[in-house]
Amino acid sequence: MAVTETEPSPGWLGKSVKRKEDDRFIAGRGNYIEDVKLPAMLHMAILRSPYAHARINSIDTSAATALPGVVAVVTGELLAQHNLAWMPTLSGDTQAVLATDKVRFQGQEVACVIAEDRYVAHDALELIEVDYEPLPAVVDPFAALAEGAPLIRDDKDGQTDNRIYHWEAGDPEATERAFAEADRVVTVDTHYPRSHPSPLECCGCVADVNPASGRATIYMTSQAPHAIRTVFALVAGLPEQNIQIISPDIGGGFGNKVPVYPGYVVATAASLLIGRPVKWIEDRTGNLISTGFARDFHMKGELALTDDGRMLGLRVTMLSDQGYAYADAQPSKLKAGLFHIVTGSYAMPAAHVITDGAYTNKAPGGVAYRCSFRVTEASFLIERLVQSAAYDLGMDPAELRRKNFIRPDQFPYTSATGFVYDSGDYEAALDLALEKAGYEALRTEQAKLREEGKGKLLGIGIASMTEALGAGPSRDYDILGIKMFDSAELRVHPTGKAILKLGVRHQGQGHETTFAQIVAHELGIPPDDILVHEGDTDNTPYGLGTYASRSTPVAGAAAAMVARKLRDKSKTIAAHLLEVAEEDLEWEIGRFSVKGAPDRSKTIQEIAFAAYTDHPPGMEAGLEGVHYYDPPNLTFPFATYLVVVEVDAETGEWKPRQVVAVDDCGVRINPMIVEGQIMGGLTEGFAMSAMQQITFDEDGNCIGANFMDYLLPTAWETPHFDLYETCTPSPHHPIGCKGVGESATVGSPAAFVNAVVDAVAHLGVRDVDMPVTSGAVWEAIQGVKGGG
Amino acid sequence: MHRSITVTVNGQARTAEVEPRMLLVHFLREVLDLRGAHVGCDTTSCGACAVLVDGVPVKSCTMFAVQVDGKSLTTVEGLASNGQKHAIQEGFKEEHGLQCGFCTPAMMLVASALLEENPNPSEREIRWAISGNLCRCTGYQNIVKAVQHAAATLHPQPAGRTE
Repeated sequence: MAVTETEPSPGWLGKSVKRKEDDRFIAGRGNYIEDVKLPAMLHMAILRSPYAHARINSIDTSAATALPGVVAVVTGELLAQHNLAWMPTLSGDTQAVLATDKVRFQGQEVACVIAEDRYVAHDALELIEVDYEPLPAVVDPFAALAEGAPLIRDDKDGQTDNRIYHWEAGDPEATERAFAEADRVVTVDTHYPRSHPSPLECCGCVADVNPASGRATIYMTSQAPHAIRTVFALVAGLPEQNIQIISPDIGGGFGNKVPVYPGYVVATAASLLIGRPVKWIEDRTGNLISTGFARDFHMKGELALTDDGRMLGLRVTMLSDQGYAYADAQPSKLKAGLFHIVTGSYAMPAAHVITDGAYTNKAPGGVAYRCSFRVTEASFLIERLVQSAAYDLGMDPAELRRKNFIRPDQFPYTSATGFVYDSGDYEAALDLALEKAGYEALRTEQAKLREEGKGKLLGIGIASMTEALGAGPSRDYDILGIKMFDSAELRVHPTGKAILKLGVRHQGQGHETTFAQIVAHELGIPPDDILVHEGDTDNTPYGLGTYASRSTPVAGAAAAMVARKLRDKSKTIAAHLLEVAEEDLEWEIGRFSVKGAPDRSKTIQEIAFAAYTDHPPGMEAGLEGVHYYDPPNLTFPFATYLVVVEVDAETGEWKPRQVVAVDDCGVRINPMIVEGQIMGGLTEGFAMSAMQQITFDEDGNCIGANFMDYLLPTAWETPHFDLYETCTPSPHHPIGCKGVGESATVGSPAAFVNAVVDAVAHLGVRDVDMPVTSGAVWEAIQGVKGGG
Repeated sequence: MHRSITVTVNGQARTAEVEPRMLLVHFLREVLDLRGAHVGCDTTSCGACAVLVDGVPVKSCTMFAVQVDGKSLTTVEGLASNGQKHAIQEGFKEEHGLQCGFCTPAMMLVASALLEENPNPSEREIRWAISGNLCRCTGYQNIVKAVQHAAATLHPQPAGRTE
């Protein structure tokens, strides 16, 4: 056996290595869920409710069952016989798998057809007769909490109204005092609209339960396969060792592919009952109207300040429209997620947050869409408040931020709601953004256009955000009781090549390259020699999955730590091979050499070979290990986003002219991939501010159930982005990384909205709700005119 | 009630019996086992299913298989030749023009059709040409660069055209 000699190459960290995963995708040889085909596989289609709220009197499946090619029709009644009609949500509530008594949102799953062919399965849906008795729908969360509102969850013992939770954070007395001392209070009252992550690939699965062995192999579009396995074991009562969840290539996730959906459960139950593999591929309408939505927070923020612009306190009240089931994907101890990071980048002496959640006749979900547990809404509110405050004080919005930032020497900084910010230099990011955008010249141009009065206006919007990600330390973070650690297993083969297995599952974030670079940096094995394996619960260590920008902060840290374990063992082997004491060795990336005699050395590849062929007596053979990483704290990346828009005062039409993004995510492993994440995030921030919204009519009909009505940005509308960076390493992450996937989605919507408001602020406009359509801008201008 | 159709796909004649209602994308994916065309929306909005029919981009979820009888198709599987990646494939890898990869095959086909017609497109022309194809990951900027990269490879020019 020959050992390939590879020149150790330092500097794998911070290098824009081309992505290892690309070759299969550009050849059309990715392996997405729809590509999974098994022998004797059946196809499943879902019948959905046309009503938002109705009693089901009867379901007649006889004609559907009689259609040639139909194998079975599954209803809630059948599932109930197996105790599977309901399932738990990620927040510990319950959700119907298939409706039995009532439907509680339009699009709810009512019955499933299993057929030999997908066309036949859909034909059979048309033959199912459901007798519905429509009930009044509750579509407004305030109305849901009003006296006499129809009770949505009458299935739940002890549930007497539509309130899900009431939760508070911070110090009410201290906040009260701050407001009493304040010279002025600025208020923003707004709605962060219901949005949908809409990855380009919908959800789906192929469930293969072998009736002879009892093994369930389930291919599934899941960002969190290990957690799903445990949930399946708990829900279905299957022994966990008999469940294998495989997440093949995933066509985007953005939080939408974290929860368990009824389709997965029915397909698995059907495969169990029929004894053949069952494939379910969701259509786009099903995806939009039934799977995890995002946002939908009615928020009121009040900021107390002195006349010279010092922030004294923050009070937030909000109401979350959760749909008919509380299904937030978030840690169990944080009922409103990370909304209590609402004080943002500012040294805020006091804060108090009150939040309520309400049931409505809408789809459940509340997933964190490219976001850590609701931090997006929090970030939006504080950044909108700061701009409004600047106008009221007659200060420049950049100056007001600068005056109140947490200073670099204040870290670690404990916020008014109890978070410990690890590190930051917010002013540096702001200054760089102002410089790169040419801020002073923009303000001059803005003033000139206003003076000219020709209807063309310029707006400059800033958001200086920080956020908490990398959930999380096990003392505070768990989902359904499972702690939010993550893990990595590294095996170095005799020839010096390696496989790295992780508990997370990427959906385009580039883990196959980035995580190989981490190991390359720690051990000196080149990234091309390291296969990164994820998404198979039989063959990867346990982990909570990829969302909330947690992969690099948690699993990336695990990868570094397991590589260090192997480096320690390598040192012992090297000492044995070189016949010196371990203390006499020194490490440079890729080799151990004898101090003072650098030509006497062993490469990591030679050491790996020896681990299987010539390991020291008494030592276990092999070079492999596993590490479970429990982060000591969250990480706190930050950014300043600066957006310049042109607004037509006559029509309200607006478009971005310039977008400057200064991101600080600590150490960048692969700058090319980091920038790709930032540009994707900025695009989603633009999308939410400008167009993406899931709306309902008064009967609870979903308006926006396809891509013709639910608008996503194309290349044509999407602006050009100018990216810059500062680097403030995380002090507690092994290689100083903070995570980045969601930063721009969290922070940039406020910058876009601030920019549009800034363009018309001189007319007296202080607020325009998202999505900021040209009509909304026009109405805001008319409203000020009419009122003035 | 099936119909026999013959289609040239990536240079090879393929004959099959299909139901008249079978969508072209299902014909490609399930009958011919060419899995690069993806279904993202069902409403001709996202473009992930686009292939070239006689060199013109077509959303294959909105065409029946029987409609391409006698025509010539190019799918992503036909982009590379003799083991060599097409310039557009190189461009997407070099410029990080893809993340999850789901929109990528169709995006590359549409871009390759653009470059056939317009060897040196401006950024606005590229953005317009791909505006029927949604990408949720990249924000499009690197896709534009990928197409420019391919244009420069296919038709080296002393200087890029301005807008």
